[in-house]
Amino acid sequence: MSTPVLDVRRLAYAYPDGHQALFGVDLHVHRGERVALLGPNGAGKTTLVLHLNGILSAGHGTVEVSGLEVRKANLREIRRRVGIVFQDPDDQLFSATVRDDVAFGPRNLDLTAAEVDVRVESALEQVGMSQFAQRPPHHLSFGQRRRVALATVLAMEPEILVLDEPSSNLDPASRRELADIIRRLDVTVLMVTHDLPYALELCPRAAVLSGGRIVADGSTYSILTDADLMATHRLELPWGFVAQPTPSTPTTPAG
Amino acid sequence: MGAPHGHRLHFHTHSPVHAMAAHLKVLALVGFMLCVVLTPRTWLPAFAGYLAALLLVISVSGVPLRYVVPRMVVEVPFLAFAALMPFLSAGPRIEVLGVAMSRPGLEAGTALVIKGSLGVLASLTLAATTEPHELLSGLRRLRVPAALVDVMAFMLRYLDVVTDELRRMRIAVDSRGFSARSPRHWAVLATSLGALFVRSYERGERVHRAMLSRGYER
Amino acid sequence: MPDGFLNAPTSLATGAVAAAGLALALRGARRELDGPTAPMAGLVATFVFAAQMLNFPVGAGTSGHLLGGALAAVLVGPWTAVLCLSVVLIVQSLLFADGGITALGTNITLISLVGVLVGWAVTRVLLAMLPKRVGVIAPAAAIGAFLSVPTAAGVFAALYALGGTAPLPFGSVLTAMVGWHVVIGLGEAAITGLVVASIVGVRPDLVYAARPALAARPLQLATAPR
Repeated sequence: MSTPVLDVRRLAYAYPDGHQALFGVDLHVHRGERVALLGPNGAGKTTLVLHLNGILSAGHGTVEVSGLEVRKANLREIRRRVGIVFQDPDDQLFSATVRDDVAFGPRNLDLTAAEVDVRVESALEQVGMSQFAQRPPHHLSFGQRRRVALATVLAMEPEILVLDEPSSNLDPASRRELADIIRRLDVTVLMVTHDLPYALELCPRAAVLSGGRIVADGSTYSILTDADLMATHRLELPWGFVAQPTPSTPTTPAG
Repeated sequence: MGAPHGHRLHFHTHSPVHAMAAHLKVLALVGFMLCVVLTPRTWLPAFAGYLAALLLVISVSGVPLRYVVPRMVVEVPFLAFAALMPFLSAGPRIEVLGVAMSRPGLEAGTALVIKGSLGVLASLTLAATTEPHELLSGLRRLRVPAALVDVMAFMLRYLDVVTDELRRMRIAVDSRGFSARSPRHWAVLATSLGALFVRSYERGERVHRAMLSRGYER
Repeated sequence: MPDGFLNAPTSLATGAVAAAGLALALRGARRELDGPTAPMAGLVATFVFAAQMLNFPVGAGTSGHLLGGALAAVLVGPWTAVLCLSVVLIVQSLLFADGGITALGTNITLISLVGVLVGWAVTRVLLAMLPKRVGVIAPAAAIGAFLSVPTAAGVFAALYALGGTAPLPFGSVLTAMVGWHVVIGLGEAAITGLVVASIVGVRPDLVYAARPALAARPLQLATAPR
């Protein structure tokens, strides 16, 4: 196969206070894939995410993005290639208007004003928020803010989009709207979540991170239907939920 | 604390005062108040003129007086100080309504009330007609250091987020039967503030991280 | 403090002091926060603003609130604290009409510069004399907070003697201001001590004044978790 978009090898990390969060993680994501990274609270998911664009630096092992190693000298390029949408949109949206916020990343890439405008228009278009460009982000609904947060990262035109708990705190309608948007994107996605139905709906493949290690990697359906694996790693489907294989074609919205 | 957004003074409407560039409004406020402060306290007609000018600007702005005047309560504590001046000051005594007081003290107290009230009224006019982000760009145009304006921008952005967190924490403790009535209850309030600090600090870190992730390099 | 308390020359002089202090604070904060200051200082300023809004009941229907200079200094370092308190005062004055625009320099000088730096200096001296343990930080901060309030009031009295607009005798202004602010300082001390103690209890790593004590802790040796 070609060079993976994301290639994490034997990654280990301990926080400065001595708490070790990652114990040798291996994860490879190829172009065009949508992969879910599943795991219980405290499994090290967020710690792993912060390594993908060099916010944290590996204690041991390597992370490569399309063949480029994540290290200090490469951070500028790495952060263009890896787009992270953080869990709380309020952390990501700090500007006076939606447009300013979406333009923040492209401006850091030294693009011309015209190029920045094109990026902003296109990113807002992709998340269906074009008509809100002049609004202050904090006046939007939570679901709209999450979509704008996604646009701020899409405007960087990343090679891999990393979504940290994209469905958290969304009402069912916003949740479905976001799923439709993610499915339409033509970009490699790593979705970090403990929302198992959402992972199943959107990601054909999943990896399970537990205790700072990847303990399973395969089709999302096979993982979610492996009762022993699920129980061992504190993963549970909601009551009454019956897993079906991930649809390969876009699902039509229910109801 | 009042309603979560009760601290916002901006009054939304369209007027020439609203449309005026924020940096000019700030300069006008500073210039106006320097004149007021420099005017000798005995020139009462001048103060009447200042008030008339201010009222004219307010009427042009379309902000109703019944919106502005109640918000002048912020100066109440200082009225108390002004009221004490005639009694504490030195100088020749006079009698007003049978009460002995210092004549210069009375004049100074009156002048303080007049100047302070003009200041509050003028500041309220700025606040009511200027959106926070307009004010920030106005300060940038006035060459206020960018590092300082940036801090203000982040503060204003997260004001509602943080005060809302504090409000939710208060509701959570009040829902468990807590009611702060005396200093015996301060420890609980202080713990809320401690938790608020931890949350604010961690949010600062996360905002910074999110900025780094989008190529910010400072 | 509103406009009109101090005459114009005194107000301009305190304005210059405030500007110089802010310039120092902007540089110092960069060092204390170890990198870009705007998001972090902005959030701390927001915290200070919110903390000042919280009413602490004194009884009989009255209440007081925190000034926060010493508290901020102990939590984030003195220069970041000066920066944050000043930003709060500027925003209060320009967007909330609280504090006169010509009194802004005086307010920054008293509440932000004197309040923070006295609170910090006292706390720092106490911490240097006491054993290096995180448990002593809250009491030291409380004493710093207590002394910072009447000191700021004393500086105000001195400014008033220089440029006050009423012929109040310096002695009586000083006595009244300092006397009343000793009472306020007791409240400030109690709240500051309680807040610092609650943070030191859960996240000592976030407390600037705790850094030396944490660095002095011996490393613990234990077997690997698995």
